[in-house]
Amino acid sequence: MRHIISVLMENEPGALARIVGLFAQRNYNIESLNVAPTEDPTLSRLTLTTIGEDRKVEQITKQLNKLVDIVKVVDLTEGAHVERELMLVKVKASGSQREEVKRTTDIFRGQIVDLTGSIYTVQLAGDSGKLDAFLQAVGSVTIVEVVRTGVSGIARGEKVLSL
Amino acid sequence: MEHLSGAEMVVRSLADEGVEYIYGYPGGALLHVYDAIFRQDAVTHILVRHEQAATHMADGYARASGKPGVVLVTSGPGATNTITGIATAYMDSIPMVVLSGQVPSDFIGTDMFQETDMVGISRPIVKHSFLVKRAEDIPATIKKAFHIAQTGRPGPVVIDIPKDITNPGEKFEYSYPKKVKMRSYNPATRGHSGQIRKALELLYAAKRPIVYSGGGVVIGGASEQLTELTKSLNFPITNTLMGLGGFPGSDPRFLGMLGMHGSYPANLAMHHADVILAVGVRFDDRVTNGIGKFCPSAKVIHIDIDPASISKNILADIPIVGPVDSVLKDMLKLIKEDKRAPDVDAIANWWKQVEEWRSSKGVFPYDAGDGVVIKPQKAIEVLYEVTKDMDTYITSDVGQHQMFASQYYKFDKPRRWINSGGLGTMGFGFPAANGVKLHYPDAQVACVTGEGSIQMNIQELSTCMQYDLPVKIINLNNRVLGMVRQWQEMQYEGRFSHSYMDSLPDFKKLVESYGHVGMRVEKLEDLKPAMEAAFAMKDRLVFMDIAVDASEHVYPMHIKDGSMRDMWLSKTERT
Repeated sequence: MRHIISVLMENEPGALARIVGLFAQRNYNIESLNVAPTEDPTLSRLTLTTIGEDRKVEQITKQLNKLVDIVKVVDLTEGAHVERELMLVKVKASGSQREEVKRTTDIFRGQIVDLTGSIYTVQLAGDSGKLDAFLQAVGSVTIVEVVRTGVSGIARGEKVLSL
Repeated sequence: MEHLSGAEMVVRSLADEGVEYIYGYPGGALLHVYDAIFRQDAVTHILVRHEQAATHMADGYARASGKPGVVLVTSGPGATNTITGIATAYMDSIPMVVLSGQVPSDFIGTDMFQETDMVGISRPIVKHSFLVKRAEDIPATIKKAFHIAQTGRPGPVVIDIPKDITNPGEKFEYSYPKKVKMRSYNPATRGHSGQIRKALELLYAAKRPIVYSGGGVVIGGASEQLTELTKSLNFPITNTLMGLGGFPGSDPRFLGMLGMHGSYPANLAMHHADVILAVGVRFDDRVTNGIGKFCPSAKVIHIDIDPASISKNILADIPIVGPVDSVLKDMLKLIKEDKRAPDVDAIANWWKQVEEWRSSKGVFPYDAGDGVVIKPQKAIEVLYEVTKDMDTYITSDVGQHQMFASQYYKFDKPRRWINSGGLGTMGFGFPAANGVKLHYPDAQVACVTGEGSIQMNIQELSTCMQYDLPVKIINLNNRVLGMVRQWQEMQYEGRFSHSYMDSLPDFKKLVESYGHVGMRVEKLEDLKPAMEAAFAMKDRLVFMDIAVDASEHVYPMHIKDGSMRDMWLSKTERT
């Protein structure tokens, strides 16, 4: 099963390397990963998705918790949560294809953020499934480049991950 | 306020931390620090002959004393040579602080002479590491390193120090912090009372219980509580390789070590148990044998300071996260309040069964041979006889001799059996013995080793000469890599690929050239008198080169992927 693990960690050099190293060292997989400072500049928030059975994911969270730089760890998929991913897609579109790409982008509530005579750059946010669906939907045109941020997530309601 | 240079701060911080000895080897990146060492006498530096030996010396000291061992090495090769020693300490949860020199800050990343990314290289095998950026941060970083190394589940911590911040020309205000607080590091201090209660109910109801305790009891200072609890419940007990001495080895409740080379009664009692009280252990593969067949009828209570050790290999029915000494204290207190005990009849029946196993095969049986050739098992038994009434520490290297020592030597106290259990580091035993001897000069310190292992750090004979460290080296010399050979005989139809040593030195002459005493023993009748003579020479390092039977295997031996009870008992007999 896919899990979204959210980590609050000291904004220190080497902290990210410790986390990534842990995954490599213990043969855990990372599907996606993103990291950035929080409202408190001494803290960073890292979100990663991994696939594994529950016991393995439990080991992952326990091992992460052991790292000295890590303040808190939560498996967001254990509760209600919101997840989003941002994607930038460059597609080659000319003639009637241009209208079709525009229409598909609107349907997916995306935005065209840059264009040339033959290229549209589309920005799209949503859960990973929606982004996959968009790529399928524009499948008839040539996709030139795809950049995805990986999943970010946050728990629904009152629950927060903070100090 | 006092003003010190970065180099002086390194040394003063160690002194203020209460460090007596540091083990190390100088080099370019550390010259400022070594100059600061020269100009003080609060901390004594011990010069080893190879940085790996410095880490094992510090490790041996840490295992014997419970305090962190401290290592000082230069950048590049100095740092990389410590890796095996750091990994050894990491696997066995030993507190250690390793200070490594680094090239000047501005040159980091330029592939400068003797530059290596020490923080990067050591990352998977340290509890934590620091690269110090400013001289002012040195005292607080050292304080933190010692705090992390010895609290929670202990482990090694690396501090990498660029040369420029130790510059003797720049002085800074010095004060050593009294306390350390880290918001991201808070190890458990007590076990959960509800879980402890649940565990007790299971223990009271047990019909076929066993206590399985490990290195966590030794490191966590919980032997006293474990011994009291086991005796009050009257349960059989077994120890892991790392846990030996956590419960008195000569007590009748002790069934011997368990696991791959564990005793027949210990492995059988584990297999048939209905309740396993696992204390400070990690269900290592060398204990469990095939995970799927592990102790089919047992409920498991697992006490450990490290939550990640619980339910990692074997699912715990009642997990208790906390320091083992505090959890066992809570248990003892509750048992006294409850005025309850396990079912006396059931326990008596269980003991009857266990005693039957113990007497039918013996604990660690072996063929005594012709009485002339020295069996390696016999050599350990004689070592035990000669030293049991002395204040003795036994260290070991890795291989058959290590298993024989763990089987035939009875450890009645914790911290007296010092070996590399997790990483299995050949070359560990001798420098570890030196670290112990330095701190306990009045104790007898013996290293049980083999002709393979001893040659992996034999240069330390020179360190012993310099600092007058009269340890005893018990070299069980069978002229082959015994454990490798045992596996090759059992699993590779006797194709002894590279497990034979055909160019051994004359160990007696070798140690004599370092000014030590060498002995060669070839006949059983000479063994005991020679050993008595060796231990009587209290102020001399004695190297006993003992010719032992190369055909001996270590038994019992788990049959691969089987259950705890599936064992070879000799070359021809299996369960």
